[in-house]
Amino acid sequence: MKRWILPSLLLAALIGAWQVAASTGAIANALHIEGYLVPSPAEIAESLWQSRSLLAENAWVTLKEVLIGFGCALVAGIGFAVAMHLSETLRLTFHPLVVASQTIPIVVIAPILVVWFGFGIGPILAIIGLICFFPITVNTLDGLRSVDPEATKMMRTLDASRGQILRRVEAPSALPYIFSGAKISVAVAVIGAVLGELAAPDSGLGALIFRDMNQFETARAFAAVAVLSAMAIALFAILALAERRIVTWR
Amino acid sequence: MRQDIKMPTAEARDFAAAAPSPASAGAACASIAIRDLGHAYGELQTIERLDLAIPAHGVLGLVGPSGCGKSTLLELIAGLQEPSRGEVEVGGANDPAGRLRRCAFMPQRDLLLPWLSAIDNAALALRNRGVRRAQARREAGSYFERFGLNGFEDVAPAELSGGMRQRVAFLRTLVADKPVLALDEPFASLDAITRAEMQEWLAKALAAHPRTVVLVTHDVEEALYLCDRVAVLSARPARVVEELAAPVPRAADRDAAVTSPEFVVTRERAMRALRDGAR
Repeated sequence: MKRWILPSLLLAALIGAWQVAASTGAIANALHIEGYLVPSPAEIAESLWQSRSLLAENAWVTLKEVLIGFGCALVAGIGFAVAMHLSETLRLTFHPLVVASQTIPIVVIAPILVVWFGFGIGPILAIIGLICFFPITVNTLDGLRSVDPEATKMMRTLDASRGQILRRVEAPSALPYIFSGAKISVAVAVIGAVLGELAAPDSGLGALIFRDMNQFETARAFAAVAVLSAMAIALFAILALAERRIVTWR
Repeated sequence: MRQDIKMPTAEARDFAAAAPSPASAGAACASIAIRDLGHAYGELQTIERLDLAIPAHGVLGLVGPSGCGKSTLLELIAGLQEPSRGEVEVGGANDPAGRLRRCAFMPQRDLLLPWLSAIDNAALALRNRGVRRAQARREAGSYFERFGLNGFEDVAPAELSGGMRQRVAFLRTLVADKPVLALDEPFASLDAITRAEMQEWLAKALAAHPRTVVLVTHDVEEALYLCDRVAVLSARPARVVEELAAPVPRAADRDAAVTSPEFVVTRERAMRALRDGAR
């Protein structure tokens, strides 16, 4: 119970404080800015309701991008980790490159990717894939390598082939690690989708936020941010639930 | 030597009656011969010069100070490592693949796979050989019945007691149906009472399913009770300080065995050899 009550209370308190500060104009006065730049939670909620079909439409676009990008990164990341696990040459060759891929400043190269891949879903998927690939690959590799060497020896004397050791021992051992990597990835995948949509504003919640900010539709921009957060939390929760159902031995 | 075996309990008689069943008849005999064996990890000499012979269905105990290379010797026998000098021959094979085919290895920690039930763990070797799951479970199940593990087939390893886990781990090596069992301190993690129980259980299991066994242990009493012969190894690099014949026939009643005068005398001799070798 405590898990739910305490964060809910905190959230309610923060929203309440924000409501009071925004509706009395305290924040706008203190920052010397116009009141419409600081929407209150009530105004955001109203915008959320009024623009529900527009938000849903764009959320669906963003969700599709996230799911496709994340899915590709999951398959590629696990595949690449298994390949690096099975071949020491591959691991030594590619591991530094995988780490280096994480240092790429996505925000800066996002416009370049748009130039490369053109407008549309291409550059957005590339950005999401690039962001998700690293945590999934590194976690999967760690998981595969976490197996007790004694267990491998035991399996070898039980006539296991390399593939059987991978399937029966290493893959299940890596599962909790893969879920950790996937949970981190899915949350940042949402940010990646928004980054991509900002670089090539067409549709999606990121593009909507971009337009609303330019037109000072701040309440709806905040509403879109709330939908994004909810999406990330929901995706994270689904993975956490799947992990609990699948990794029952932990 | 085999006719000396006494079966003190009803459970033990069941083991014996079950011995010729088809599931256990497959393991061929294999003797082990170790000649002029040396092994080193790079600069580190782990085994100096070893000669040991174990007849088919014989049980040899290896005792020695911690870190003396007992486990390395076990891995050499099981074909998991190659010697840097000399020869290890198991059932006529002296190549690692041939030795690996003839040995089943029981590690110190049970290492039951937590995502498999007890019986699926025990059936691992059969699954690795391509036996279908239902068939593998049936075969492993017959061992569960014979060894008093009825009703624990589908229990997760995490829900088993330490002693039960070791039983399942041992059955896993037995189901593999190999002529040689390499046991690496199988009961080291158990409390004293459970360990004594497990020693008796293992003695009976081996009486029912004879195998050539190499048992690494740091417990002199355990070695002398379970084995035909016990080799006392020196500190690294390992060599044989003394080889002792067990003072009691295997599978004898444990309490009577370990308190008999011959047992006590032999144990003291082994302890002395252990102290000499540790220097």
